[in-house]
Amino acid sequence: MKIYRPAMSDRRSVKGLLNGTMRLGEKAKAQKDDITLLLINSADVVLFMMRVAKETFSRDFEFKEFFRQCFQIGYKTLPLITVTGAIIGLVLTIQTRPVLADFGAESLLPGMVAVSIIREMGPVITALICAGKVGSGMGAELGSMKVTEQIEAMEVSATHPIRFLVVPRVLAATLMIPILVLYADALGILGSWAGVNIKGSVSFVLFFYQAFSVVDFLDFIPALIKTFFFGAVIGFVGCYKGYNAGRGTESVGVAANSAVVVASLLVIITDMIAVQITDML
Amino acid sequence: MYRGFEETRGKESAESVVVIENLKKSFGNEVVLSNVSLKLFQGENLVVLGKSGSGKSVLIKCIVRLLAFDEGKINVLGYNIGELNNTDLGELRKKVGFLFQSGALYDSMTVRQNLEFPLLRIRKELNRKEVDDKILEALENVGLADALEKMPSQLSGGMRKRISLARTIVVDPSIMLYDEPTTGLDPVTSQEISVLINEVQKKYKTSSIIITHDIECARKTATRIVMLQDGAIYKEGSLTDFEKSDDALIKAFFMQSGT
Repeated sequence: MKIYRPAMSDRRSVKGLLNGTMRLGEKAKAQKDDITLLLINSADVVLFMMRVAKETFSRDFEFKEFFRQCFQIGYKTLPLITVTGAIIGLVLTIQTRPVLADFGAESLLPGMVAVSIIREMGPVITALICAGKVGSGMGAELGSMKVTEQIEAMEVSATHPIRFLVVPRVLAATLMIPILVLYADALGILGSWAGVNIKGSVSFVLFFYQAFSVVDFLDFIPALIKTFFFGAVIGFVGCYKGYNAGRGTESVGVAANSAVVVASLLVIITDMIAVQITDML
Repeated sequence: MYRGFEETRGKESAESVVVIENLKKSFGNEVVLSNVSLKLFQGENLVVLGKSGSGKSVLIKCIVRLLAFDEGKINVLGYNIGELNNTDLGELRKKVGFLFQSGALYDSMTVRQNLEFPLLRIRKELNRKEVDDKILEALENVGLADALEKMPSQLSGGMRKRISLARTIVVDPSIMLYDEPTTGLDPVTSQEISVLINEVQKKYKTSSIIITHDIECARKTATRIVMLQDGAIYKEGSLTDFEKSDDALIKAFFMQSGT
């Protein structure tokens, strides 16, 4: 078997390694070698991660683009999160109330809903919604930039596209998704209070006192920490899929679609790992 | 061992600003460029002609290392492209303008922001007024000073190409690389772009490589022509050499304009 020898220009730097793996990938595709292709794709992801990590700590951080992305991800997702958060709390309350009523434990309802929302429902549902909206948006935006040569135009303008396009998006998603989760949690609890008041009358103060008397610090912190990972995963997957989109216009749709699918799957897997770690504490 | 930016500068290419030697590039098993060697001399417009898929765009993308090449050597302004690290490559790219086939304007930015983007990053020493003046000057040179606040979506194909050209010249490049500058444009707009290419060359004293399959564009802009066929150089010479050639392929190419 002929051993792959990188070209002169490929023997240094992360970009060189990336070019080398791309060429190996092309050969693997041509030979339909699935295992090699899987390994190449994994190496490609790791190299992309390394490039993002390297550019994150570069001197010329794109603050303006970072704040623009924070606005895009945070503010523009707010209406969706508002509706979803409130409905989660409302539905959870309406569904759970009859069961608790059967056991005469209706007074536990606010606490139970608050724990459910803070620990699991708020973070996971918000992250899945963001995977759909933010992840697909990033995949489509960067994918269309790739197809229309805008990323290459950036490169020849002596601007590092990873530094300008990927790093601000990944960091903005990492920062904004936890904030959106906190907002969704608050609205979920408000929705729950509204749900309780559909068939009864409980004061706002009493409801919140009952809800937060059950919520522990250990319910709150691990749930918040995992949302940073959710954000990073969504941002990274969206950018990776878009940045590595193919050449045709069809690739834009493929990039957006696979960004949602992979990001959603990784959010669930990350959640499972986070729950296991929290359980061990 | 890696040689520094200055150390990679050769002395043999005093007149020629781009020297390509035995360039090879393939994608998987498909060979796109094989043993391509050519030179771009100071101040000339070198037109690279060829059918679609003959490797023309790959050639100029290799010149600025947007694509890594497999074998051979590319020397740009005396610097060996294959030996440069990313920082030095970035420095070299500041001296090379690249007009993309699609225009490649940033969709989310206005025309002003499109021009500001490379200018603020490449010419960091400029103050706000100088930046504004340079943007206006570049837009006036392409005849679109009134498009400053427009979005790319509000521009026609020809206007997008002009703005893209303005974005390229705003940073005063030494070398211009044009990838199919007239593709997809009507004959009148194509002619205007060809005239602009000549004006840019005269005003900014650039040396240019123009990739095209538009014979009219080649006629108006070429100092010298290189024809690519199946990834290799088929013929090299002046416009007259090509027009007088008896070669069937060249004749077929030049017949398209009815001459």
